Amino acid sequence: MERPAWAPQGIDLNVPSVSRMYDYYLGGSHNFEVDRDAARRAIDAWPGLPKIMQTNRAFLRRAIRFAVSEGVTQFLDIGSGIPTFGNVHEVAQALDPEARVVYVDNDPVAVAHSRAVLAGDKRVDIVSADFRSPQDILESPEVEALLDLDRPVALMLVALLHFIEDKDEPHKAVAELARPLAPGSLLVLSHGSPEGGPRRDGGIGLQKVYSGASAPLVIRSKESVGHFFDGFTMVEPGLVSVPRWRPDSSPELEDAVVFGGFAGVGRKAGLAG
Amino acid sequence: MIPGDEREGREDSPDSAGDSSNDGLRRFARIWSRAVFPATQTSMTRAELEDFLHPLARRLAEALHAHPFSPAPGRDVGEALVAAHCTSPDALPHVLGVVESYLVLYGSTPGLLSVDDAHSRCARLQHAIAAGFSRALRERTLAEQEALSRAALAAQTTVEEALHASETRFRAVFKDATIGIGIADMSGRLRDANGALARMFGHSEEEMRRRNINDWVHPDDAPEVWRLHRELARGERDHFRVEKPYQRPDGTVLWTNLTLSLLRDAEGEPRYQLALMEDITERRLLHLRLRYEATHDELTGLPNRTLFSERLDRILTPGSGVSRFGLCYLDIDGFKAVNDSLGHAVGDQLLVAVAERLQSCTATPTHLVARIGGDEFAVLVSDPEGREEVASMARAALAALATPISVDGRELSVRASIGIVEGPSGDLGPAEVMRSADITMYRAKDAGGNRYEVADPDSDARAIDRHSLTNHLPAALERDEFFLEYQPLIRMSDGKVDGAEALVRWKHPVHGRLGPDRFIPLAEHTGLIVPLGRWVLEQAVRQTCTWASGGPLRVNVNLSPRQLHHPDLVPDTIAVLEAVGVEPSSLCLEVTESALIGADEDELKPLWQLAELGVDIALDDFGTGYSNLANLRKLPATTLKLDRSFTQGLQRHPADPVDVTFVEGIVSLAHALGLAVTVEGVETEHQADQLRDLGCDTAQGWYYARPASAAEFARDWAPNG
Repeated sequence: MERPAWAPQGIDLNVPSVSRMYDYYLGGSHNFEVDRDAARRAIDAWPGLPKIMQTNRAFLRRAIRFAVSEGVTQFLDIGSGIPTFGNVHEVAQALDPEARVVYVDNDPVAVAHSRAVLAGDKRVDIVSADFRSPQDILESPEVEALLDLDRPVALMLVALLHFIEDKDEPHKAVAELARPLAPGSLLVLSHGSPEGGPRRDGGIGLQKVYSGASAPLVIRSKESVGHFFDGFTMVEPGLVSVPRWRPDSSPELEDAVVFGGFAGVGRKAGLAG
Repeated sequence: MIPGDEREGREDSPDSAGDSSNDGLRRFARIWSRAVFPATQTSMTRAELEDFLHPLARRLAEALHAHPFSPAPGRDVGEALVAAHCTSPDALPHVLGVVESYLVLYGSTPGLLSVDDAHSRCARLQHAIAAGFSRALRERTLAEQEALSRAALAAQTTVEEALHASETRFRAVFKDATIGIGIADMSGRLRDANGALARMFGHSEEEMRRRNINDWVHPDDAPEVWRLHRELARGERDHFRVEKPYQRPDGTVLWTNLTLSLLRDAEGEPRYQLALMEDITERRLLHLRLRYEATHDELTGLPNRTLFSERLDRILTPGSGVSRFGLCYLDIDGFKAVNDSLGHAVGDQLLVAVAERLQSCTATPTHLVARIGGDEFAVLVSDPEGREEVASMARAALAALATPISVDGRELSVRASIGIVEGPSGDLGPAEVMRSADITMYRAKDAGGNRYEVADPDSDARAIDRHSLTNHLPAALERDEFFLEYQPLIRMSDGKVDGAEALVRWKHPVHGRLGPDRFIPLAEHTGLIVPLGRWVLEQAVRQTCTWASGGPLRVNVNLSPRQLHHPDLVPDTIAVLEAVGVEPSSLCLEVTESALIGADEDELKPLWQLAELGVDIALDDFGTGYSNLANLRKLPATTLKLDRSFTQGLQRHPADPVDVTFVEGIVSLAHALGLAVTVEGVETEHQADQLRDLGCDTAQGWYYARPASAAEFARDWAPNG
C-alpha cells in the first residue's frame, strides 16, 4: 500500500542517502557503510566524482561571494544535505555577519544533523521539506522568520536538480519558488551532466548506482538546464561548465573530469532602475 | 640531537631568518600546496591553500630549529591539515613527502643545524605530523560518526513521535467515530471494533471481538450480499456497499449502511476486511412510514392511487411474471348527493364502510384493493382465471355493498357502477387500461348504475372518438373548420322559396365532413355551443343578405337549450342583426319543443323579447315532446315545424288515414292560434300534394332540395331580382 500523504515519512538507514554519499565524496564521515558502498560504486562508475563535488563546493563558495558583493545577503539553500564544511552560512557570514540562511532538505537525518550543528545561530535554520513541494518551503515558519521576501534572496539549487525526475516537474517547481522572490533575487544553480567532461558511458553506470539510492540521477541537456533560468537574466559568464564560472585561478589546472555539468547564476528581472 | 644547536638556531631565527628564510618558506608552501591540493577535498582555491599552508610551514621550520627540540608542532600541523578538510589518507604521503624533501632545504637556516641533525629532526617532525594527522582524523571520524548517529537517532525519534501522534490521532478517530468501524481478518473474525459499532450491536467491544462476520446472516439480507462478500474474500472485489440488517441480542433488528472494504498487504494479498457501518434503523423506519403514508389513503387505510399505479405499471410491464390482469373500477352512484345532503362526515364514514366491505369480499394476496379517488375504488387482480373471475368479483362487490350500511343511525344502501377491464398484460399501457376502465364504468352508470360492464373495444373507440372530437372542438372553431349549408323552405301556395334553414357542418381534418348529430351534443355539453351558435347566427344572417335583391331572404337558425338560457342571447342576436343591417323579421330562430317544456315565464322572457322585436320563433320537432297543447298560446312561437315522423305516413299511397287526420288537426289548431305550419321531411310529390291540401304553409325536404352550399343555394334558389 502506498504511503498516504499525511503519514510521517519513515527512515530506512539501509537505503543509501544521496546527502550522506555527498558527504563521503567530500571526505566526511557523516555516512554509513551502505552510503560508502554506494559511493564507492559510483566512483567506480564515474572516477573523479569527488573532484566534481569539490568543484561544485567551490562554485557554491564563489557564487555566495558574488551574491554578497551584489548586496544579496539572504540565502535559501535547497538540498543542503549534511553540512560538512564550507557551508553557505559559514562563507556568507564570513563576508557579512548579518547574512541569513535557510537550509532545506528532505532527508530527515540531514535535517536532524543540521539542527544540531546550527543550534545557537539565530540567523540560520533548516526546513524539513521537499523541493517538489515549493509551497511547503515558502510557507514554512523558518522562511517566514528569517527571510524578508521583499528584498532579494539568493535561491541556491546546487547539485540538486539532477536528482529530480521530469515527472516531478522541476521546471515548474523552480518557477514556483522564484515567483515570490523580489526583483534582483539570484538563482544559483548547478546540474550534473556528462556533457562537457571527458567521454565516458554517458552516465549510465552512475545512474544505475543512484537508482538504488534515495534519489535517482537525471541527466539533462544544457538547453534543458538553461530553461531553469526562465524569468532570470544570466549574469556573466552565463551557463558554463562548473570550474569556468568566475574562477579564482586558471581553470586549466583542473582535472578534466570536473568540466562535466553546468553552473550559472541568474538575476530575477524587474528590478527598478 | 644537539640541544646547543637548537638553542642557537632558535635565538637566531626570529630576527635573522629575515626575508631570505621567508622566501624559502613561501617556496616550500607553494610546493607543498601543489602536492597536496589534488588529494584534498577542500573547497579552498590553490592560492588559499598555499596561504593556509604557509604558517604551517613556518611552524615546522621553527620546530626544526627549536631548542630544546620538540616534535610537538608537527602534531599540530597534522591536526591543522585535518581541520582544513585535508582528510583523505591519500594526502598524507604527499604531505610527508614534501616535508621530507624540502623542509630542510627551504626551512633551515644554513649552519645552525648539522645536516644529520636537520634530517633527524625533520624525520621526527614527520612522525609527529603523521601521528597528529591520524589522531585528528580518528577524532574527527569518531565525532562525525557520533554526530551522524545522534542525527539519525534524532530523526528517527522525530519520525516515531510523528507516527505516534498520527496513530494517536487515528486511534481517536477510530475510537470516537460515530460511524461503526470493525476490522476482521480474512477468516471473518473481528479483530477490532470501535465503540460505535459495539453500541449498534448492543455488545461490549470485548464481546464484539469474539464475533465472526460470516455468522451475521439475516433472513432479510439482500440476495447479492453474500455473493459480494465471497468475491471480496477471494480478493476479486475491493469493496461493496449494501443496506444490511443484523439481529441484535435483544431480538430487535439493526439496519445498517454497510461498506465492506478489502485491505491488502504490501504484496497485494488480502489481509483484513474493513467494515464501516452506519445505523440507519431509525431512518429506515421513517422511510418506511413515509413510504406507507405516501402510498396509502389516510381515511380508509387502503392503498392509494400512487401504490395502485405502481402495481398496475408493474403488472402491465412485459416480463413482470404476470401474464393476465383484471381490473374492477368502481364508482359509487350518487355519492355527491350523500355528501351534499348528509355532510362530509357521513360521506367519509360511508367511504370507510365501503372500503371495509370491498376488502372483505376480495381479500387475497393476488388482489389489490385501492381507493384511487374521492368515491372511486379499484380492485386489481394478478393472473385471474379468466374474465368470469373478475366479473364474479364485481358481482360480489355489488352484493357486499347492497346490504345497507349503518352510518350515524341511518341505513344507507350503496349502489355502485363498475367497469371491468381484463386481458393479457403487455398489450395495453396503464393509461389505456385506466381510460378503458373509466369509459366502461360510465357505460355502467349510463345504463342505470348499480351494475358492472365489461370493456369492449368498440365502446371504447366510440367513447374515445367522442372524447377526441370534444377536445378538438375549440380549435376547430378557431381554425374555421365549421361551415354552413342551406336548405330551402318552400311556400306551398306557389311553390316559391320562402326562406332557408342554415345547417352547420364540421370539415374535420381527419374524419372529413361531420353532421351536427356528431358534434352539436358535444358542443352543447361543453358549452362551446354558445360561441359556435353565435358564429352560425352571424354567418347565416350575413349570407342571407347577399342573396337578396328586393329584400333579404328569411333564414332559419337553430337554437340549442343552452343557448336559449344564455344571458347574452338577446343582446348577441340584436348585435348581429344591427351589424349586418337586416330586419329582425329576416331571422327565424328554431327552438325544439322539448327545450321549452316546463319552461317558466322567466325562462321564456328572452324569446318573448326577440319575438317582440320581430324575430320569428319556430317550434322545432313539434309533436315529439308531449307538450301540453294548451301551453302553445303562452309561447312566443310564430311557426310550428311538424316533426318528420308525422309526414312519413303520407309518403305511402294511399296515405295513412290516422296521420292524415293528425296533421289536419294540428294544422287547424295552429291556424286557430295564428301559427304557421312548416312540414319537414317531404320526399315525394304525392306527399307534397297531400300536405298542401291539408293546409300546411311551408315545407322542406329532399323532394325540393337537399342542403347545399351557399353558392349552390344562390345559384338554384336565390331570387334573381
